[in-house]
Amino acid sequence: MPGIEFLRGARDQLPILLGVVPFGVIFGALAISAGIPALEAQSFSLFIFAGSAQFIAVSLIAGAASPFLIILTILVVNLRHMLYSASLAPHVYHLSNLWKIPLSWLLTDEAFIVASARYRKGSPGFAHWYFLGTGLMLWVAWQLSTFLGITLGALIPSGIGLDFALPLTFMALILPTLTDRPTWAAACTAGAFSILLANLPFKLGLLIPAVLGIGVGLGVEMRSAKPEQANGDEA
Amino acid sequence: MSRAELWIIILGGMTVTYLIRLSFFFFIPPDRLPEWGRRGLRYIPPAVLAALIVPDLLLLDGTLYLSIANHRLIAGSIAALVAWRTGNTWLTIVSGLLTFGLLGLL
Repeated sequence: MPGIEFLRGARDQLPILLGVVPFGVIFGALAISAGIPALEAQSFSLFIFAGSAQFIAVSLIAGAASPFLIILTILVVNLRHMLYSASLAPHVYHLSNLWKIPLSWLLTDEAFIVASARYRKGSPGFAHWYFLGTGLMLWVAWQLSTFLGITLGALIPSGIGLDFALPLTFMALILPTLTDRPTWAAACTAGAFSILLANLPFKLGLLIPAVLGIGVGLGVEMRSAKPEQANGDEA
Repeated sequence: MSRAELWIIILGGMTVTYLIRLSFFFFIPPDRLPEWGRRGLRYIPPAVLAALIVPDLLLLDGTLYLSIANHRLIAGSIAALVAWRTGNTWLTIVSGLLTFGLLGLL
Protein backbone atom coordinates (compact mmCIF):
# COMPACT_ATOMS: atom_id res chain seq x y z
CA MET A 1 0.00 0.00 0.00
CA PRO A 2 1.42 3.37 -1.02
CA GLY A 3 0.51 5.18 2.20
CA ILE A 4 2.11 2.60 4.44
CA GLU A 5 5.28 2.48 2.33
CA PHE A 6 5.46 6.29 2.46
CA LEU A 7 5.15 6.33 6.25
CA ARG A 8 7.67 3.52 6.68
CA GLY A 9 10.15 5.41 4.56
CA ALA A 10 9.64 8.52 6.67
CA ARG A 11 9.96 6.50 9.89
CA ASP A 12 13.17 4.78 8.81
CA GLN A 13 14.78 8.16 8.20
CA LEU A 14 14.16 9.21 11.82
CA PRO A 15 17.36 7.82 13.39
CA ILE A 16 19.40 9.59 10.74
CA LEU A 17 17.70 12.87 11.59
CA LEU A 18 19.32 12.74 15.03
CA GLY A 19 22.61 13.29 13.31
CA VAL A 20 21.42 15.54 10.48
CA VAL A 21 19.35 18.13 12.34
CA PRO A 22 22.27 19.57 14.34
CA PHE A 23 24.16 20.03 11.07
CA GLY A 24 21.20 21.87 9.56
CA VAL A 25 21.11 24.23 12.52
CA ILE A 26 24.83 24.84 12.27
CA PHE A 27 24.53 25.44 8.54
CA GLY A 28 21.85 28.09 9.05
CA ALA A 29 23.85 29.84 11.75
CA LEU A 30 27.06 29.66 9.73
CA ALA A 31 25.43 31.07 6.60
CA ILE A 32 24.15 34.07 8.54
CA SER A 33 27.50 34.68 10.15
CA ALA A 34 29.12 34.55 6.68
CA GLY A 35 26.92 37.54 5.79
CA ILE A 36 24.36 35.67 3.68
CA PRO A 37 20.83 37.12 4.00
CA ALA A 38 18.20 34.84 5.57
CA LEU A 39 16.26 34.25 2.33
CA GLU A 40 19.34 33.17 0.42
CA ALA A 41 20.58 31.06 3.32
CA GLN A 42 17.32 29.14 3.39
CA SER A 43 17.38 28.89 -0.41
CA PHE A 44 20.65 27.00 -0.29
CA SER A 45 18.85 24.27 1.67
CA LEU A 46 15.66 24.54 -0.38
CA PHE A 47 17.25 24.30 -3.80
CA ILE A 48 20.63 22.63 -3.47
CA PHE A 49 19.73 20.30 -0.59
CA ALA A 50 23.19 18.81 -0.13
CA GLY A 51 24.77 19.32 3.28
CA SER A 52 28.47 18.97 2.55
CA ALA A 53 28.25 21.07 -0.62
CA GLN A 54 26.36 23.78 1.24
CA PHE A 55 28.94 23.96 4.01
CA ILE A 56 31.81 24.20 1.55
CA ALA A 57 29.94 26.79 -0.53
CA VAL A 58 29.38 28.99 2.52
CA SER A 59 33.04 28.84 3.51
CA LEU A 60 34.01 29.77 -0.06
CA ILE A 61 31.51 32.64 -0.02
CA ALA A 62 33.02 33.87 3.24
CA GLY A 63 36.39 33.72 1.50
CA ALA A 64 34.98 35.70 -1.46
CA ALA A 65 35.66 33.03 -4.10
CA SER A 66 34.15 33.57 -7.55
CA PRO A 67 30.62 32.20 -8.13
CA PHE A 68 31.90 30.07 -11.01
CA LEU A 69 34.50 28.41 -8.79
CA ILE A 70 31.89 27.82 -6.11
CA ILE A 71 29.48 26.16 -8.55
CA LEU A 72 32.31 24.00 -9.86
CA THR A 73 33.14 23.00 -6.29
CA ILE A 74 29.52 22.07 -5.63
CA LEU A 75 29.64 19.90 -8.74
CA VAL A 76 32.75 18.04 -7.57
CA VAL A 77 31.42 17.62 -4.02
CA ASN A 78 28.16 16.15 -5.30
CA LEU A 79 29.68 13.96 -7.98
CA ARG A 80 29.30 10.99 -5.65
CA HIS A 81 25.53 11.26 -6.08
CA MET A 82 26.03 9.84 -9.56
CA LEU A 83 26.87 6.52 -7.90
CA TYR A 84 23.58 6.68 -6.03
CA SER A 85 21.72 7.49 -9.21
CA ALA A 86 23.31 4.50 -10.95
CA SER A 87 22.65 2.22 -8.01
CA LEU A 88 18.94 2.99 -7.76
CA ALA A 89 18.28 3.48 -11.49
CA PRO A 90 17.28 -0.17 -12.12
CA HIS A 91 14.44 0.33 -9.62
CA VAL A 92 13.42 3.78 -10.77
CA TYR A 93 14.02 3.93 -14.51
CA HIS A 94 10.60 2.53 -15.45
CA LEU A 95 8.71 5.16 -13.43
CA SER A 96 7.07 8.19 -15.04
CA ASN A 97 8.85 11.54 -15.06
CA LEU A 98 6.36 12.68 -12.47
CA TRP A 99 8.12 10.29 -10.10
CA LYS A 100 11.67 10.52 -11.34
CA ILE A 101 11.83 14.29 -10.97
CA PRO A 102 11.03 14.43 -7.24
CA LEU A 103 12.94 11.24 -6.45
CA SER A 104 16.16 12.46 -7.99
CA TRP A 105 15.62 15.82 -6.31
CA LEU A 106 15.66 13.99 -2.98
CA LEU A 107 18.64 11.75 -3.74
CA THR A 108 21.03 12.60 -0.90
CA ASP A 109 23.49 10.30 0.90
CA GLU A 110 20.91 9.60 3.60
CA ALA A 111 17.96 8.99 1.29
CA PHE A 112 20.08 6.74 -0.91
CA ILE A 113 21.24 4.62 1.99
CA VAL A 114 17.79 4.11 3.48
CA ALA A 115 16.03 3.62 0.14
CA SER A 116 18.59 1.13 -1.12
CA ALA A 117 18.16 -0.90 2.08
CA ARG A 118 14.44 -1.02 1.22
CA TYR A 119 15.09 -2.12 -2.37
CA ARG A 120 17.38 -4.88 -1.11
CA LYS A 121 14.43 -6.44 0.63
CA GLY A 122 12.69 -7.04 -2.70
CA SER A 123 8.92 -6.86 -3.40
CA PRO A 124 9.37 -3.50 -5.11
CA GLY A 125 5.60 -2.88 -5.60
CA PHE A 126 5.24 0.53 -4.02
CA ALA A 127 8.86 0.94 -2.93
CA HIS A 128 9.05 4.28 -4.76
CA TRP A 129 6.58 5.60 -2.17
CA TYR A 130 9.02 4.48 0.50
CA PHE A 131 11.82 6.33 -1.33
CA LEU A 132 9.61 9.43 -1.52
CA GLY A 133 8.71 9.23 2.18
CA THR A 134 12.28 8.84 3.33
CA GLY A 135 13.59 11.59 1.03
CA LEU A 136 10.82 14.01 1.94
CA MET A 137 11.31 13.42 5.65
CA LEU A 138 14.95 14.38 5.33
CA TRP A 139 14.11 17.38 3.14
CA VAL A 140 11.58 18.76 5.61
CA ALA A 141 13.94 18.22 8.55
CA TRP A 142 16.77 19.93 6.64
CA GLN A 143 14.56 22.96 5.89
CA LEU A 144 13.33 23.29 9.48
CA SER A 145 16.76 22.86 11.01
CA THR A 146 18.26 25.39 8.59
CA PHE A 147 15.48 27.78 9.54
CA LEU A 148 16.20 27.24 13.24
CA GLY A 149 19.85 27.99 12.69
CA ILE A 150 19.04 31.12 10.70
CA THR A 151 16.63 32.50 13.28
CA LEU A 152 18.13 31.36 16.56
CA GLY A 153 21.78 30.89 15.72
CA ALA A 154 23.72 27.83 16.79
CA LEU A 155 21.72 27.34 19.98
CA ILE A 156 21.91 23.57 19.87
CA PRO A 157 25.33 22.60 21.14
CA SER A 158 27.10 20.56 18.48
CA GLY A 159 29.35 18.68 20.85
CA ILE A 160 26.74 16.49 22.54
CA GLY A 161 27.57 13.53 20.35
CA LEU A 162 24.26 13.12 18.53
CA ASP A 163 26.09 13.26 15.21
CA PHE A 164 27.44 9.89 16.28
CA ALA A 165 23.96 8.52 15.45
CA LEU A 166 24.90 8.75 11.76
CA PRO A 167 27.69 6.14 11.64
CA LEU A 168 25.65 3.99 14.03
CA THR A 169 22.67 4.00 11.67
CA PHE A 170 24.93 3.26 8.74
CA MET A 171 26.39 0.39 10.73
CA ALA A 172 22.97 -1.21 11.03
CA LEU A 173 22.41 -0.71 7.31
CA ILE A 174 25.75 -1.96 6.01
CA LEU A 175 25.57 -5.44 7.53
CA PRO A 176 22.75 -6.73 5.30
CA THR A 177 24.76 -5.63 2.23
CA LEU A 178 27.75 -7.77 3.24
CA THR A 179 26.55 -11.06 1.85
CA ASP A 180 29.64 -12.62 0.27
CA ARG A 181 33.36 -12.24 -0.32
CA PRO A 182 33.16 -9.57 -3.06
CA THR A 183 30.86 -7.31 -1.00
CA TRP A 184 33.19 -7.63 2.00
CA ALA A 185 36.15 -6.85 -0.24
CA ALA A 186 34.35 -3.76 -1.56
CA ALA A 187 33.57 -2.53 1.96
CA CYS A 188 37.05 -3.24 3.38
CA THR A 189 38.76 -1.55 0.45
CA ALA A 190 36.53 1.51 0.66
CA GLY A 191 36.99 1.67 4.43
CA ALA A 192 40.77 1.43 4.22
CA PHE A 193 41.04 4.09 1.53
CA SER A 194 38.64 6.35 3.39
CA ILE A 195 41.33 6.53 6.08
CA LEU A 196 44.25 6.91 3.68
CA LEU A 197 42.48 9.61 1.67
CA ALA A 198 40.67 11.26 4.57
CA ASN A 199 42.30 14.61 4.01
CA LEU A 200 41.25 15.01 0.39
CA PRO A 201 39.05 18.06 -0.16
CA PHE A 202 35.63 18.27 -1.82
CA LYS A 203 34.27 15.03 -0.35
CA LEU A 204 36.66 13.15 -2.66
CA GLY A 205 37.68 11.19 0.44
CA LEU A 206 34.29 9.53 0.06
CA LEU A 207 33.96 9.29 -3.72
CA ILE A 208 37.40 7.85 -4.53
CA PRO A 209 37.40 5.15 -1.81
CA ALA A 210 33.88 4.16 -2.87
CA VAL A 211 34.92 3.82 -6.52
CA LEU A 212 38.01 1.82 -5.54
CA GLY A 213 35.87 -0.43 -3.34
CA ILE A 214 33.45 -1.07 -6.19
CA GLY A 215 36.37 -1.92 -8.47
CA VAL A 216 37.88 -4.35 -5.99
CA GLY A 217 34.48 -5.94 -5.38
CA LEU A 218 34.14 -6.53 -9.12
CA GLY A 219 37.69 -7.86 -9.31
CA VAL A 220 37.13 -10.35 -6.50
CA GLU A 221 33.86 -11.41 -8.09
CA MET A 222 35.58 -12.11 -11.41
CA ARG A 223 38.47 -13.96 -9.81
CA SER A 224 36.22 -16.24 -7.83
CA ALA A 225 34.04 -16.49 -10.96
CA LYS A 226 31.98 -19.53 -11.92
CA PRO A 227 29.21 -18.12 -9.71
CA GLU A 228 26.71 -20.77 -10.89
CA GLN A 229 28.67 -23.72 -9.52
CA ALA A 230 30.94 -22.36 -6.84
CA ASN A 231 28.41 -20.47 -4.73
CA GLY A 232 28.34 -23.07 -1.99
CA ASP A 233 31.79 -22.55 -0.59
CA GLU A 234 31.46 -18.79 -0.15
CA ALA A 235 31.42 -18.00 3.54
CA MET B 1 29.19 39.19 -2.16
CA SER B 2 26.11 40.67 -3.87
CA ARG B 3 22.69 39.07 -3.68
CA ALA B 4 22.74 38.57 -7.45
CA GLU B 5 25.96 36.58 -7.13
CA LEU B 6 24.45 34.52 -4.30
CA TRP B 7 21.51 33.64 -6.54
CA ILE B 8 23.85 32.66 -9.35
CA ILE B 9 25.52 30.26 -6.92
CA ILE B 10 22.21 28.89 -5.61
CA LEU B 11 20.71 28.32 -9.06
CA GLY B 12 23.96 27.10 -10.58
CA GLY B 13 24.59 24.80 -7.64
CA MET B 14 21.05 23.50 -7.93
CA THR B 15 21.44 22.80 -11.64
CA VAL B 16 24.69 20.86 -11.39
CA THR B 17 23.52 18.92 -8.32
CA TYR B 18 20.23 18.05 -9.93
CA LEU B 19 21.80 16.94 -13.22
CA ILE B 20 24.12 14.60 -11.30
CA ARG B 21 21.24 13.08 -9.36
CA LEU B 22 19.13 12.75 -12.48
CA SER B 23 21.93 11.24 -14.55
CA PHE B 24 21.13 7.56 -14.39
CA PHE B 25 17.42 8.01 -13.68
CA PHE B 26 16.89 9.80 -16.99
CA PHE B 27 19.76 9.69 -19.39
CA ILE B 28 21.44 6.30 -19.04
CA PRO B 29 19.05 3.32 -19.09
CA PRO B 30 20.27 0.53 -16.78
CA ASP B 31 20.06 -2.04 -19.58
CA ARG B 32 22.48 -0.03 -21.68
CA LEU B 33 25.20 -0.28 -19.07
CA PRO B 34 28.04 -2.63 -19.95
CA GLU B 35 28.00 -6.00 -18.21
CA TRP B 36 30.65 -5.02 -15.63
CA GLY B 37 28.79 -1.80 -14.91
CA ARG B 38 25.60 -3.63 -14.15
CA ARG B 39 27.40 -6.08 -11.89
CA GLY B 40 29.27 -3.26 -10.18
CA LEU B 41 26.03 -1.69 -8.98
CA ARG B 42 25.65 -4.10 -6.07
CA TYR B 43 28.96 -2.95 -4.60
CA ILE B 44 27.91 0.69 -4.38
CA PRO B 45 26.00 0.48 -1.04
CA PRO B 46 28.62 -1.49 0.94
CA ALA B 47 31.47 0.62 -0.44
CA VAL B 48 29.76 3.95 0.20
CA LEU B 49 28.62 2.94 3.68
CA ALA B 50 32.07 1.70 4.67
CA ALA B 51 33.65 4.94 3.43
CA LEU B 52 31.15 6.87 5.54
CA ILE B 53 31.44 4.79 8.72
CA VAL B 54 35.16 4.07 9.02
CA PRO B 55 36.49 7.66 9.22
CA ASP B 56 33.84 8.53 11.81
CA LEU B 57 35.11 5.76 14.06
CA LEU B 58 38.84 5.80 13.42
CA LEU B 59 39.80 9.42 12.84
CA LEU B 60 40.20 12.28 15.25
CA ASP B 61 40.84 15.65 13.60
CA GLY B 62 41.94 13.87 10.44
CA THR B 63 44.47 11.50 11.98
CA LEU B 64 44.20 7.83 12.85
CA TYR B 65 43.17 7.30 16.47
CA LEU B 66 43.58 3.61 17.34
CA SER B 67 43.26 3.43 21.10
CA ILE B 68 40.94 2.18 23.80
CA ALA B 69 40.59 5.84 24.71
CA ASN B 70 38.79 6.31 21.36
CA HIS B 71 35.21 6.20 22.64
CA ARG B 72 33.68 6.29 19.17
CA LEU B 73 35.63 3.22 18.16
CA ILE B 74 34.61 1.27 21.29
CA ALA B 75 30.96 2.35 21.11
CA GLY B 76 30.90 1.72 17.37
CA SER B 77 32.30 -1.78 17.83
CA ILE B 78 29.63 -2.60 20.40
CA ALA B 79 26.97 -1.21 18.07
CA ALA B 80 28.35 -3.35 15.25
CA LEU B 81 28.02 -6.39 17.47
CA VAL B 82 24.42 -5.46 18.31
CA ALA B 83 23.65 -4.85 14.64
CA TRP B 84 25.10 -8.22 13.74
CA ARG B 85 23.22 -10.13 16.47
CA THR B 86 19.86 -8.35 16.24
CA GLY B 87 19.68 -6.65 12.84
CA ASN B 88 17.67 -3.93 14.59
CA THR B 89 18.50 -0.34 13.60
CA TRP B 90 17.17 1.39 16.72
CA LEU B 91 18.79 -1.10 19.08
CA THR B 92 22.07 -0.55 17.26
CA ILE B 93 21.85 3.22 17.61
CA VAL B 94 20.71 3.20 21.23
CA SER B 95 23.42 0.75 22.29
CA GLY B 96 26.06 2.80 20.52
CA LEU B 97 24.90 6.13 21.91
CA LEU B 98 24.51 4.70 25.42
CA THR B 99 28.00 3.20 25.36
CA PHE B 100 29.38 6.47 24.03
CA GLY B 101 27.60 8.43 26.77
CA LEU B 102 28.71 6.07 29.54
CA LEU B 103 32.33 6.12 28.36
CA GLY B 104 32.15 9.90 28.47
CA LEU B 105 31.20 9.74 32.16
CA LEU B 106 34.14 7.55 33.12
